[in-house]
Amino acid sequence: MTAMIELANAEKTFTMHLQGGVELPVVRGVSFHVEPGECVVLSGPSGAGKSSILKMIFGNYRCDSGRIGIRHQGKVVDLATAEPRQVLSIRRSTIGYVSQFLRAVPRVATIDVVAEPLIVNGVAREEARERAGRLLRRLNIPERLWTLPPSTFSGGEQQRVNIARGFISDLPILLLDEPTASLDAANRAVVVELIAEKKTKGVAMVAIVHDDEIRHLIADRIVDVTSFAAAA
Amino acid sequence: MSELANFDDDQPLLVAEGLGKNYGRLAACRDVSFALYPGEVLAIVGESGSGKSTLLQLLSAQLAPRAGRVSYRMRDGVLRDLAELGEAERRFLFRTDWGFVHQDPAQGLRMGVSAGANVGERLMAVGWNHYGRIRDTASTWLDRVEIDIGRIDDAPKTYSGGMRQRLQIARNLVTEPRLVFMDEPTGGLDVSVQARLLDLMRNLVGELGLAAIVVTHDLAVARLLSHRVMVMKGGRVIETGLTDQVLDDPREPYTQLLVSSILPP
Repeated sequence: MTAMIELANAEKTFTMHLQGGVELPVVRGVSFHVEPGECVVLSGPSGAGKSSILKMIFGNYRCDSGRIGIRHQGKVVDLATAEPRQVLSIRRSTIGYVSQFLRAVPRVATIDVVAEPLIVNGVAREEARERAGRLLRRLNIPERLWTLPPSTFSGGEQQRVNIARGFISDLPILLLDEPTASLDAANRAVVVELIAEKKTKGVAMVAIVHDDEIRHLIADRIVDVTSFAAAA
Repeated sequence: MSELANFDDDQPLLVAEGLGKNYGRLAACRDVSFALYPGEVLAIVGESGSGKSTLLQLLSAQLAPRAGRVSYRMRDGVLRDLAELGEAERRFLFRTDWGFVHQDPAQGLRMGVSAGANVGERLMAVGWNHYGRIRDTASTWLDRVEIDIGRIDDAPKTYSGGMRQRLQIARNLVTEPRLVFMDEPTGGLDVSVQARLLDLMRNLVGELGLAAIVVTHDLAVARLLSHRVMVMKGGRVIETGLTDQVLDDPREPYTQLLVSSILPP
């Protein structure tokens, strides 16, 4: 395959043992692919399973059956059956995930939170910090905040720190879970720009966005998740 | 956790195969098998009595298994059965290549001698004999675990609980071990002290590329420190996988119960 991501009949059901073993089907028959440089937007109402699909592609939720092919270091790895060590390796060098909320690490300065994904991949600390600073400036985080841990920031500031952390790396796949949810117009425009730049670098992206205008600006293709609805 | 170790190394550091241990008729640990790789942090979670502390003692050669075996890759690259090691090799593991962080710092420290001596002792055990160098290295380590150098000559019995635990970590890491065992390392500490200790451990493990096996009943500790988790119940491993996968998408009834019992912050 030339695709960076290729899902084939992926399926997910939650079994709630504490509620008498109730089966909660989430999605079935999920099949789509994402080419390099392409942004695929998942659409569908709340509860249709968009976030679950994103989490399955990140290996955060397990895939019950089917296949999630990921192009990783020149080879295709099936994430649905990969060993934990492979999933970690894929997350380090292939797939980035920008969630809505920052899982704040206590006591770490904002600039270092943003620079960390580069440092983990062997970029020198000074260079990583410089790139982190550039991104934070673009996202309108004032320099006086850079040395503080982001845990005390407002929701919108935390989300921008999270976006900077997600976009700083040179990973070939990015998963975006409502990256513009609590941002003002100026910062939404910056995120749209960042996504366009990633496309020119050949990054494959899967995004969830509720804002119609943003969706229109970033989507190369829309995949309607309601067709994967598993509820009987 | 966000800090990822290097997983390109394909040779496991420690291998457990079919481990079992009984106390009388009680099976404390049954048929446990797994491989731990360099730089990987594994959390063993479960309630009191689930067998996790027994397993830690089996893995660290403090208890002999009734069934199965534990193998460890020595620094020469050869994987060796722990039960067949000679006394010198065992001593090398305990004094140099392994660390063991106890829940109660009094078990891992000498409470009556100075902090500097507590750290320096591990170096002297591996042949260091230059007082100035030992003291310098001990000072560096106290600084890394955020203990004021001005307290280097005080005994840990004068330290707070959090400081004792940080001193125990310095004592263990000074010989640059490749594997550290931790038994409820944050148990018995105040929440704010726990957060500081966890952050410190997370950074040290990442910087030093240590492999670690952490026994904890606290899922927040597992989430922050570990790459992979094993859930134990009744002496068996009932679920295992990536830490965020097991905690966000738990499959077994018991794991779902553990995860759902956490109070939201």
